Amino acid sequence: MVEDREGAALQAIVYQRDAGLAVDVNGIARRFGRKWALRGVSLRVEAGEVVAVVGRNGSGKTTLLRILATLLRPTRGGGRIYGHDLVSEAAEIRELVGLLGHAPGIYGDLTAQENLVFALRMMGRTPDRSAVLEALEAVGLAREAGERARHFSAGMQRRLALARMFLQRPRLILLDEPYASFDPEGIERVNAFLKESSARGAAALVATHDLARAAAVVDRVVRMDAGTLVEESWTRPADTGGEPAAFAVGPGEGRGEWNA
Amino acid sequence: MTISASRPAAAQAPGPARRIQVLGWIAFLAVLVAEAVSLWTSPPDRDMGHLQKLMYVHVPAAWMALLAYGLVFVLSLLYLWKRDERHDLLAAAAAEVGVVMNALALALGSIWGRPTWGVWWTWDARLTSTAVLLVIFLGYLALRAFTEDPDRRARWSAAVGILGFLNSYIVYMSVRWWRTLHQVQSSPETLDPIYTRGLRMNAIAFLLVLVYFVARRYRAARLERAAEARIEEAALAGEGVHV
Amino acid sequence: MERVRGWRRELARAGAIVWKDLTAERRTRANFNAVVSLAVLTLLLFGFALGPDTEALRAAAAGVLWLTVLFSGVLAFNRSYQLELENGALDTLLLYPGERRSIFLGKLGANFAFVLLVELVVVPVAAVIYNLPLLRPFPGLAGVMLLGTLGFVTLGTFYAAMASRSRAREVLLPLLLFPMMIPVLVGSVEATSALLAGDPMGDSGAWLRLLVVFDLVFLVASVLAFEHVIEE
Repeated sequence: MVEDREGAALQAIVYQRDAGLAVDVNGIARRFGRKWALRGVSLRVEAGEVVAVVGRNGSGKTTLLRILATLLRPTRGGGRIYGHDLVSEAAEIRELVGLLGHAPGIYGDLTAQENLVFALRMMGRTPDRSAVLEALEAVGLAREAGERARHFSAGMQRRLALARMFLQRPRLILLDEPYASFDPEGIERVNAFLKESSARGAAALVATHDLARAAAVVDRVVRMDAGTLVEESWTRPADTGGEPAAFAVGPGEGRGEWNA
Repeated sequence: MTISASRPAAAQAPGPARRIQVLGWIAFLAVLVAEAVSLWTSPPDRDMGHLQKLMYVHVPAAWMALLAYGLVFVLSLLYLWKRDERHDLLAAAAAEVGVVMNALALALGSIWGRPTWGVWWTWDARLTSTAVLLVIFLGYLALRAFTEDPDRRARWSAAVGILGFLNSYIVYMSVRWWRTLHQVQSSPETLDPIYTRGLRMNAIAFLLVLVYFVARRYRAARLERAAEARIEEAALAGEGVHV
Repeated sequence: MERVRGWRRELARAGAIVWKDLTAERRTRANFNAVVSLAVLTLLLFGFALGPDTEALRAAAAGVLWLTVLFSGVLAFNRSYQLELENGALDTLLLYPGERRSIFLGKLGANFAFVLLVELVVVPVAAVIYNLPLLRPFPGLAGVMLLGTLGFVTLGTFYAAMASRSRAREVLLPLLLFPMMIPVLVGSVEATSALLAGDPMGDSGAWLRLLVVFDLVFLVASVLAFEHVIEE
């Protein structure tokens, strides 16, 4: 009986650990015609973690993010996002994932507010005016709510896209070069969003070549080069001042010390 | 449990060409025999004279085109279901041979029509629908030519092949109604039964020819794919460290 | 219960796309003006090409009308996707939770409304130029326009999902779409001709049935095949 209880308890711990894995992918490779953009990337990200993916242009960061978002199918390899299979359960993954790509994906002929209302309807939710205005305020676009997005600067357009992500509240946040074409105020909002999301248990992957800006919110850094993950390191967050944990990939290892 | 896709089956090189070559000889012989039998044993048609013998080739060519397109349809469905590249390569081979058969059928139909009706083209229901099908599958081949990415090319041409074939019967029915409405001259719907034996032999011979050419085209596509796969593997293994 | 909520959500998503496309179009009118202008021009050109004899023109009118719809309407389909491709909005659409087919149905609905609005201008203009009686055959005529347009827009929206992302988009869309349109062209022209002449033989019913079959087959086939072609 005792054994059984221990066994069950052990199972429960393992389950919890697995449930904490936002991203668990192995050997992801992706070919475009003859060229391999990704050559076998394995990565694990836990719920609540913010991981920076750094690398030059062309190192495969964008492709990796797009595969995790289920916009692309991997040519080889696979994995799970919050337990859902990357290829066969893509629809379930889309309920949990949000991607902010290079292009803002907004419609110039609609106003800021209409863009967000459209987004809500596409998410299958009722268009809640107050939520929309709240999101616009959070990114500093409340005054421009009724203006056509065509008149926005690039930074404002990206902020609108960020507002869309606010409304979505994804459990896995994928940001592709969020610090590009954002003014310092915008950058602050991105980092605030990352902090707040991480606190409520969402995971985030931030592809950037500007690590300095991300340093404040990032827990871990991975570097990519020519389609592979070449190294990993822990960063020390500014506020805890704890010792950096051991180099590790895998659920739970080293993280415990962190959270203590 | 993670899924990892090993090297896809399509990347492996196909077997030896010997069997296809044998098939080729058999097909060639079958055509010779079929033509010999047809031409020697059937008398000239009452109305048409020797011209009617064009039917021995025109009709089987049309049937084979349709069969080839049907093959494209089935293979396209299979591809979208299983995502196995081999289905896509075979579908493309079938489409190419089908287009050739289709063009042959059209050309022969037109040649038959010139002395018969006095014009190179009338809007005969079967001939017209065959022409429409030809254009539809030329579009299929054009799409493949314009699409570089192999995965996208396979998915897109599968969709086009499926829709194209679905339309074949609808096109035929609409053109037929259209013609009966306007009562343009018609081609004989049935051939004199004395032609049946020759027709059947030709049908079999043409079937063998179809299978032979599709097999050769498919094999060539597989060889190409296997060679590319080797380059891909080399490129993949060239650098990169897993963490 | 899960499933009922599912299709309601999908309907709402499709509706959102229809609203978005029509609102954007209403604000710029760029597409609409261009397509209507081209259509009217095409009607005139056909008039010049087929000669000033009003009887001959009237006999050819149904064919001219439908060819005009095809040649000008085809412009709308690629432009509908262009809207999404410009700002990376297609990716965003694909990322929302829910069925991809709702995106297709939304685009289809918007294109359908668009082409119908174009026809609302083109048909009266054709009636004037080609001297056609519009009032008496109206209900039947409306039916033919709706069914024929639906078939056209269904396949146009479907093929444009591919053509608009291809290198050869201007050529590829007509090349793929027009051969498939033969049954719609034949059926619509014959039904329209019959109705304009008072339908002495009662032919229009049979043609309308053909159009219904075509529309059903290709609506189902396109909806099913869409998710395979819309992925990257």
